[in-house]
Amino acid sequence: MFDFLDSGQYDVLGAFWVTVQLTLYSAAGSLIWGTALAGMRVSPVPLLRGFGTAYVNLVRNTPLTLLVIGCSLGLSQTLKINLGGDSFKEIGFRLAVLGLIAYTGTFVCEALRSGINTVPVGQAEAARALGLSFFQVLTLIVLPQAFRAVIAPLANVLIALTKNTTVAATIGVAEAALLMKEMLENEAQAVFAVFAVFALGFVLLTLPTGLLLGWVAKRVAVKR
Amino acid sequence: MTSVLYDAPGPKAKARNWIYSGIFIVLFGLVMWWALSLMAENGQLEADKWTPFVTDSRVWTTYLIPGLIETLKAGALSMVIALPLGALLGIGRLSDHAWVRGSVGAWVEFFRAIPVLMLMLFSSALYAPQLMDVPSDTRPFWAVVTGLVLYNSAVIAEIVRAGVLSLPRGQTDAAKAIGMRKGQTMFHVLIPQAVTAMLPALVSQLVVILKDTALGGALLGFAELLSMNRQISANYSNTIATLVVIALIYIVVNFGLTTFASQLEGRLRKSKKSTGAVLGTDEIDDPIPGANTAAGA
Repeated sequence: MFDFLDSGQYDVLGAFWVTVQLTLYSAAGSLIWGTALAGMRVSPVPLLRGFGTAYVNLVRNTPLTLLVIGCSLGLSQTLKINLGGDSFKEIGFRLAVLGLIAYTGTFVCEALRSGINTVPVGQAEAARALGLSFFQVLTLIVLPQAFRAVIAPLANVLIALTKNTTVAATIGVAEAALLMKEMLENEAQAVFAVFAVFALGFVLLTLPTGLLLGWVAKRVAVKR
Repeated sequence: MTSVLYDAPGPKAKARNWIYSGIFIVLFGLVMWWALSLMAENGQLEADKWTPFVTDSRVWTTYLIPGLIETLKAGALSMVIALPLGALLGIGRLSDHAWVRGSVGAWVEFFRAIPVLMLMLFSSALYAPQLMDVPSDTRPFWAVVTGLVLYNSAVIAEIVRAGVLSLPRGQTDAAKAIGMRKGQTMFHVLIPQAVTAMLPALVSQLVVILKDTALGGALLGFAELLSMNRQISANYSNTIATLVVIALIYIVVNFGLTTFASQLEGRLRKSKKSTGAVLGTDEIDDPIPGANTAAGA
């Protein structure tokens, strides 16, 4: 039943490795971009707050598929911005990561912002009484506590991101979903077996992440 | 305006804020200028790329509106099927019988762990001529709906479960005290209240569903809103303008739904009839962190 795996025709592990790479690069990027956005959304400068709010509301309500396709058709094919990639494979991968970061950053930002709200006002007041500036209050007092409070929501964002990397298939990045599509077309007699293989792959990717980060979240939570 | 992080600005802070605003405007302006000049260089700012959306009504009547209708149809149908299914699964997860609880739990966790795109691809292969032979013109539509239903009924099951668990214990106790059976307690007391508490979360789930329909257009050939970009830009060779207009349509529809959800949440929180328990759009906790309900593709 699973003999299509032995034929050597399909590189299932390779495809999942691309999925993992997409996830890791996008996760790192969206953590940085999301933190910057959250900083803007809580900053004392009204203009920055406005930009952060507008960005989050616009991007959150746009389908990720549109962002990724926009990167490919708009940025790469129309404007010739290829992010320094040489081959088709490299360009597609980088564009997909860019789209995923733009989208996932908004969810990281919102998670962090809710974490910032869990920090008691008294702490920031005490910090200000010591003469710390906004930037110092944010980076030394508030964000470290906020991050510990939002590990569980961020784990959910990471899991959603792992699943969302499949959208890269729409611009031809050779990751798991694209290989699954190809295999479903070629192995029409083994539809259930093909699905089982890929479903198992994703369960193996997302379940340990959730359990591990859930455990970490409990360990590091600030007891109030 | 005060916040955890900063005081109401005094004269000095106000001056500093103006400087930061100035720096931001300059940087933002530079990025915009770079982007616009790049677009101008590639001929994307010429008027004839953008005017069709205002002057040529055929863009709307042949492409955008039919696409939007397909998107809304798939989204609404998926929601209508996924809601009762999700409610049943959610109740199943709360069952007193371990075998029901366990098997429903496994079903729900499984379908939340799989990307919705893979569920759509699988359904599409399932409906192919060799297996079930759904007519080829409606196959993409049904594949998209099936994928969305499988995934979202699992997510809704979690929302329903959280909704029932958010109700005060006294509700069940009171129902037991007047002699109600388990089923009666669930269907006459808990579910009606849970549904009101869940409404905002369910409305915002509709946004996730609408966004996910775009996957069907890109990989299955479902004629939804996003897939129209190919035909429009083939006719008018205006890729960027088309993508911007399509994005705006999505944003308007989804922003409307999000606003409606948060207004509903506010009204429910204020209303005296409910128990006061309202599940907001971001408050669904997972015992085993699975999918973030709001972060679908």
